[in-house]
Amino acid sequence: MMTRLTIQLLICSLIAGISLPPSFAQDRSAAQETLIRNATVLTVTRGTLTNADVLLRNGKIAAIGKNVKASANARVIDATGKFVLPGIVDCHSHSMLDTINESTLSVTSMARTSDVLNPHDIDLYRALAGGVTSLNLLHGSANAIGGLNTVVKIKFGRPAAEFIFPGAMPGIKFALGENPKRSNSQPQPGQTRRYPMTRMGVEETIRDAFTRARDYKKSWEEYRASASRSEKNLVAPRRDLQLEPLVEVLEGKRYVHAHCYRADEILMLINLANDFGFKIRTFQHTLEGYKVAREIAQHGAGASIFADNWAYKIEAYDAIPYNAAIMTRAGVIVSMNSDSDERARRLNIEAAKVMRYGDLSEEEALKLVTWNPAVQLGIQQRVGSLEVGKDADLAIWNGHPLSVYARVDTTFIDGEIFFDRQQDLARRPDLLKERAQLEAAEPNRPPPGGTSPQAPRRRRPTNADDDMWEGGVEQP
Amino acid sequence: MTTRDAEMGRWGDAGMGRTGDAGMRRVVTKRISVLTLLVSLAGSISLGQQPGNPTSQSGVMPPRGTFVIRNARIVTVSGADIENGTVVIREGKIAAVGTTVDIPANSQTIDASGLSIYPGMIDAGTSLGLVEVGQGAFGTVDTGEVGDLNPHAKAIIAVNPHSAHIAVTRVDGVTNALALPTSGLISGQGALINLVGTTPLEMAVVPYAALVINYPRTTGGGGGGFFAPQQVNLTEVLAAANRQLEQIRKVLRDAEAYGRARDAYAKDPKLPRAEQNLMLEALVPYVRGERPVVFRASRESEIRGVIKFAEEMKLKPIILGGEDAVKVASLLKEKNVPVILTGILDLPIREDDFYDSLYESAAKLREAGVPFCISSGDSGPNVRNLPYYAGMAAAFGLPRAEALKAVTLSPAQILNVADRLGTIEVGKIANLVVTDGDLLETRTHVRHLFIDGRPVPLNSRHTDLNDAFKNRR
Repeated sequence: MMTRLTIQLLICSLIAGISLPPSFAQDRSAAQETLIRNATVLTVTRGTLTNADVLLRNGKIAAIGKNVKASANARVIDATGKFVLPGIVDCHSHSMLDTINESTLSVTSMARTSDVLNPHDIDLYRALAGGVTSLNLLHGSANAIGGLNTVVKIKFGRPAAEFIFPGAMPGIKFALGENPKRSNSQPQPGQTRRYPMTRMGVEETIRDAFTRARDYKKSWEEYRASASRSEKNLVAPRRDLQLEPLVEVLEGKRYVHAHCYRADEILMLINLANDFGFKIRTFQHTLEGYKVAREIAQHGAGASIFADNWAYKIEAYDAIPYNAAIMTRAGVIVSMNSDSDERARRLNIEAAKVMRYGDLSEEEALKLVTWNPAVQLGIQQRVGSLEVGKDADLAIWNGHPLSVYARVDTTFIDGEIFFDRQQDLARRPDLLKERAQLEAAEPNRPPPGGTSPQAPRRRRPTNADDDMWEGGVEQP
Repeated sequence: MTTRDAEMGRWGDAGMGRTGDAGMRRVVTKRISVLTLLVSLAGSISLGQQPGNPTSQSGVMPPRGTFVIRNARIVTVSGADIENGTVVIREGKIAAVGTTVDIPANSQTIDASGLSIYPGMIDAGTSLGLVEVGQGAFGTVDTGEVGDLNPHAKAIIAVNPHSAHIAVTRVDGVTNALALPTSGLISGQGALINLVGTTPLEMAVVPYAALVINYPRTTGGGGGGFFAPQQVNLTEVLAAANRQLEQIRKVLRDAEAYGRARDAYAKDPKLPRAEQNLMLEALVPYVRGERPVVFRASRESEIRGVIKFAEEMKLKPIILGGEDAVKVASLLKEKNVPVILTGILDLPIREDDFYDSLYESAAKLREAGVPFCISSGDSGPNVRNLPYYAGMAAAFGLPRAEALKAVTLSPAQILNVADRLGTIEVGKIANLVVTDGDLLETRTHVRHLFIDGRPVPLNSRHTDLNDAFKNRR
């Protein structure tokens, strides 16, 4: 089994590699300095500048304003009539994860998404083409306490290690409601149902885990105190990789991103967190957040939501597209996420929906996919707005990004081009030729009447979306 | 009217009585009398005094009447836009359109200064009303029957007029949907509905609008399916698909023979009487080419298969899905086979497809001259996003006016109801959307809505919940 899997991975990697010809990699690093001229610059935090220039140097935004001067060898992009927006930050993604759910246990805080990153996932490139530059890669929602997240920049074409967002706060996934209850999946024959199967049990599972974590933390504190007093014959507590991340949560060193739907379970987790003295950084999905917006704001949690998805399951039946507006007005920091490789490509349109539903302003709409998710992930010092000194993560759009008619021309990360529509169009004839050659190649022809050659399959479902296809499908 | 329209003129609900479905005919008669009653009441109720708060939940049918919408930009779709124009609605129909029209007495006037009037959008690829909550509430799912051959399963029987999806969809400007069953090989018959009404038949524009056939797939291996077997025996896959196609072929041939036998007996009772068979009877108008057959087909091989099969069986095919339609464009144009294009916002179907291959498919179909319309392809909750499917197509090369046409006039033409829907022209059903901006733009608000000439309130389950919670402090 392992051998076959390894071969598949190899083939996948090869194919992904082919889609990025060497010329492309050279093109984008050719200029260290880029001047984007005469654009409408949507800074998000400092208003909109018209006919303005943006200078990118050494991976940072070096200047924003009128008549910005660049060095002689700078790459100059005429952006007349175009718009510059900070790179979109997607606060809920499963892109580039080979697997999403370690769904055997109800508490899997020892599992790490950083161990299963696939930098060749083609959907990363498709997200870049939608102006997205950063992702919060979350463990799935099968467990009350899930695995650890990874925040990345989409440096497609680079090794996985280069994707890791420097200095992003570590986080962990929690999940409430139908998914950790496994409501929509049936146990395999011979298996019993996993605990918990009610919202009561979900609360107890999390409370039990934090009770153990608190004791564990205390054991270490006692040990360290004794050690500092140079006591003899001390035995260190046994390390517990499941509880260590929860201790970090208790110490405020790790953000909790909690998948939730119903108002009652949101309140449950707020109360539980208050009991243990920690904060929920974001509620994810939060479809009934509008019913308890006051309580979410009081706790200081953010909410990362869908624009208008509803009715795909029972706990999503009270979802409304006014959710973002109601929570924003109550003082909650709200972001609009994808939870889907497909939707990630058009988060600008998802953000714009709050202008239709709830009449939020343009700036409030733009914040939902830039500044707000950056704050939620603790990366707002580097990304989320266009300000001098910040990372040069941004995209040039051919129209206002909140317009349905707009599309991305060029996407930069750290001042380098990772998507460019003209380059993409230019290399298509070669790719088509190469594809035709591969199809014609002898080893790829099915033998007459026989078995087809082994095709590389995706390592996870197309449009991987932890929530919509929930149903135990990842289990053997 | 194009040649195709003329050809298609034989389809539609004119044929519904021919199925011999006596029960349905009785209901239709009753419907007419209810409408007459409502119409007679309409004059006495003014716009500001509608009874209650008729939402999707209460299902109250707003009465028709005479309405005048003035000072609006009228985007007719059939011709040039009209600035500062007036539309008159009378008894469910568009009675006048223009800059200088006679204002009827006893009419209610809406001043639409700064606003635009569009024809309502039509989504020709949904299961709207057939499912409320897909997961965890199977009792609300009526999209697919058991078994492979269900031509007598009729969407119009199960469309739930009180589904929350109906109002949620219409308040964003989608006034019509083709609700389609989904499962098996022959799924059943779809219904074209107005998104207003208290009974399925009050909603029906064409109760039996199309037969739905899922064209057998041969794409078992490779290319993207996560759960697809890693290795497939091509011979076996092809044989299985051929067996399925043969199943469909046989039942269609049986229906032809059945129709001939029934006709012959009707003319000459001395001939043997074929026992009534509801399944075959349901197929007769379709095998006679009197009504269209919607084939779900996305891959190139499937689309080519549909064209060949439809020609062999003398059917009127419509492709539903059509992700690969661009690759078959010249043949689709040559055979004049229309496409209900649903995949614009899907991920490209192959890992090595270009990132915008589905975004730009509509533009390419138009360049190739293939008749097409744009659909969400959604079962219900996201049908309201139809304008953004068209908008994305426009962002990737489809002219904006064509994008608008692709969700208004084009679906009406493909479903052979362009004489009643799809544009703002005198005599058409008054399905009108009054907006404060471009109909396809995300930030645009719908300000007034008329469906079937009825002033439909702009509330829904979602606005109700918003109203209930937005001021909670």
